[in-house]
Amino acid sequence: MSGCKNCSGCDILHPPVDTKTEYVVALAGNANVGKSATFNQLTGVDQDIGNWPGKTVERAEALLQHRGRRIRVIDLPGIYSITALSTEEQVSREFIAHDRPDVVVNVLDASALERNLFFTLQLTELESPLVIALNQADLAAKKGIVLDAGKLSDLLGVPVIPTVAIQGKGIAELSDAIVSATSSRPRPKIIRYGKEVEDRIARIQALLPEGSGGYPPRWTAIKLLEGDPDTVWEVRQHSLDVAAAALESGRELEKIHGEPAATVMSAERYHAAEELAASVMEIRPPGDNEVSLTEKVDRIALHPVLGYLLLAATIGGLLVWTFVIGAWISGVLTEFLSGIAPVEPLITGTLPEIIFNGAWTGFVAALTLIVPYVIPFYLVLALIEDSGFLTRFSLMLDKGMHRMGLHGKAIIPLVLGFGCTVPACLSCRIIEAPKQKLIAAFLVTLIPCSARTIVILGVVAVFVNIWWALALYLLVFVLIVVLGRLAFRLLPGESVGMIMEMPDYHVPHLQGVLGQTWQRTRSLIGIVLPAYIIGSIVITGAYAAGLLEPINAALYPVTVILLGLPAVTGVVFIFGIIRKEMTILALAAILGTTVFSDVLTPIQIIVFGLVTLLYAPCISTILALAKDFGWKAALSITALETSLAIALGTLVFHLIGPFL
Amino acid sequence: MASEQLEEYLESILDIEEKHGIARTSAIAKCVKVAPASVTEALQALSDKGFVKYEPYKGATLTERGREMARKVKRRHRLLEVFLTDVLHITRDNVHDEACKMEHTLSDETECALCKLLNAPARCPHGSLIEACDRKVESCSACLDEGQAPPAPAREEPLLPVTSLAPGQKGTIAFIRGDTSVVQRLTDLGLTLKTEIQLVRKAPLLGPVEIAVRRTKLAIDHAIADHIFVTPCGEKSR
Repeated sequence: MSGCKNCSGCDILHPPVDTKTEYVVALAGNANVGKSATFNQLTGVDQDIGNWPGKTVERAEALLQHRGRRIRVIDLPGIYSITALSTEEQVSREFIAHDRPDVVVNVLDASALERNLFFTLQLTELESPLVIALNQADLAAKKGIVLDAGKLSDLLGVPVIPTVAIQGKGIAELSDAIVSATSSRPRPKIIRYGKEVEDRIARIQALLPEGSGGYPPRWTAIKLLEGDPDTVWEVRQHSLDVAAAALESGRELEKIHGEPAATVMSAERYHAAEELAASVMEIRPPGDNEVSLTEKVDRIALHPVLGYLLLAATIGGLLVWTFVIGAWISGVLTEFLSGIAPVEPLITGTLPEIIFNGAWTGFVAALTLIVPYVIPFYLVLALIEDSGFLTRFSLMLDKGMHRMGLHGKAIIPLVLGFGCTVPACLSCRIIEAPKQKLIAAFLVTLIPCSARTIVILGVVAVFVNIWWALALYLLVFVLIVVLGRLAFRLLPGESVGMIMEMPDYHVPHLQGVLGQTWQRTRSLIGIVLPAYIIGSIVITGAYAAGLLEPINAALYPVTVILLGLPAVTGVVFIFGIIRKEMTILALAAILGTTVFSDVLTPIQIIVFGLVTLLYAPCISTILALAKDFGWKAALSITALETSLAIALGTLVFHLIGPFL
Repeated sequence: MASEQLEEYLESILDIEEKHGIARTSAIAKCVKVAPASVTEALQALSDKGFVKYEPYKGATLTERGREMARKVKRRHRLLEVFLTDVLHITRDNVHDEACKMEHTLSDETECALCKLLNAPARCPHGSLIEACDRKVESCSACLDEGQAPPAPAREEPLLPVTSLAPGQKGTIAFIRGDTSVVQRLTDLGLTLKTEIQLVRKAPLLGPVEIAVRRTKLAIDHAIADHIFVTPCGEKSR
């Protein structure tokens, strides 16, 4: 406590007494500007990041501890406008407008400033305490756009911090700005729009009673002018006159411009955003006619012929690569582990023996059958997500998706479905129309997720051959198209067309890709390894105690008579509903070997693979479906897919079986 | 040449041009159902009047003036088809021929009144796009609200759906047709009136179009993009 002799008590030594122990800070901004990357850098957690708009569909939270403050940071889904209303955008709107976080950190993409400022202006209308992170300044500079952060800060009246979130640049400064903003609450300046609009806002604002609804009066006035249903309803509760007067003003505006008042307001905001952007931006045209990386890649990726070839090669390559690399790692691990102790799960003997054998089988199965295939698979998936190719697939396949009543955006959940069905189902929220959302989620459950891929590659490809494995995949894709068309015809509701932002490509960020792969692999191992060991003990134990016989007997007509499989597979399929990988484990534990070709004929392996691909989604998926679409839809999908699996399995066994 | 016949020729050439780039004499003959020799004669006449550029042995392409005229007639034709189908309930098979005869006698005023009566339809009964009108209006709803008022004055610049621009070509948004929620969504993404946009590329088979607007790129469904009307800028960059 040195210096400041004449100090009468300044802020540094006597900070304002603050009784709050925890602050809430929300990260908000347009889709795909780097909110999640900023979030990860601020909090040190690993929220998935990817290069497509709509990646974050649910808010994520984590704690930032900086300069003695505990700050709960919330990563919101991308939003273009507070008036726009898809499910993910509603999450953001509710949170910012209703829950009112202590500080909103508005992440901007420096290379598309006008569009980003359009949303910033809406935040200023809400008078949220604001800190701006001017992200991807490096990419903007490459495009010849130089920004004056200081000037932007002056114009808006809030701190503006340039960042390159993916590399962690500017994060320390941003953390400092956030911490001081929790005390200083920087209110943005009010940016005025055109006279026609401002006159009417002022008129409505004058009519509003003090402090109505807890929102700033200017914001309420603007929302009333736009005819926002929620606000109009709210104001009607207190005063019918005010609501009527506001609607009248809105109608005048519509008369003048010939457009709905909300559209007029959007145009006004864009006009203001243009002026703001122009005054802080200096454009140095890049070298003459230099074609950008994105343009070069797009000439191939969006080429009428090469584009589709690339697409087919990517999905095919993903599977073949997973098989080749996975089989190699699996081979090495199997050799190593069989040197330690043989896998021969005994179902007789003393209790400790049974437990040990069960645990060891589970451990070996997890290590040789699951882990080797998951790592190469997730690695390539992360590359696809990180590069920006997903949105190109959407564009190329949009027309085809129309045949199933969907549009190109649905490709994103479908591709993610190759990883894990649960987040893929949730990401269907990026699709606006309810009917399309449901069809997309239904088709996502049919896409072979990594668990099912492991079953197909680890069982069918290894013990029959890879061609049969690929044929099963092809069959599933055909089914998806056929069922998609059927669902489109049968379900009520309308389909709307696609409007989607096309981000620039990024050269995948090595650290990010490896981090994401590791994160997903780790969480899978965290679940699968214990589940396998415990599951295996339970299965071997229950089997030894004769508890599984009744289940097998009950399912006998289906498993044995229809599908031609051994009776023990009844239990296997029941376990598979918990997690699809469990089918492999249950099979290994009960059959007493991980070399399935010793005990099953090729046709049995193929039918087993086919049924595993199609029958009921796993428990987590059923829950995710129920959450977003209700139990009726979730159970209908489950019942439909189970009957389909049995029907097709029966057909394959009886028609193709005799020829193998 | 009678104006009726002239308009039929221009319409046919527009159709053929859209499919094949240039309208060959033989193709035109087939379309308007006359002998190729008479087509050659007619093309010569159209060329003299400045409606087409005619190159013997190659075929004809429309001039700016010819194209404008052809689009206007096409628009009337398709509006009439909607009228005949939806209001008069004429059999679908007959509406094309009926409309073909009626389209040449329609005045500007009747065309506007018809468009209002039918609630500014976007597509003909066969699914083809109905071009925007050439009036100075900011949106269809503005025009519809005016009720009985006489038609707005004509625009000086031609209007095109953004899907008709060539890749790389720029245009300024003149108006967007469609329901409020789609218009709002497009507006929120920066497609406001008088904004300059560029068609980057069109996906094959009437797939989505890629549009550059305010330093961002958007992929927009073809049917939605058909409703974004622009006044094209002259030079084609790149």
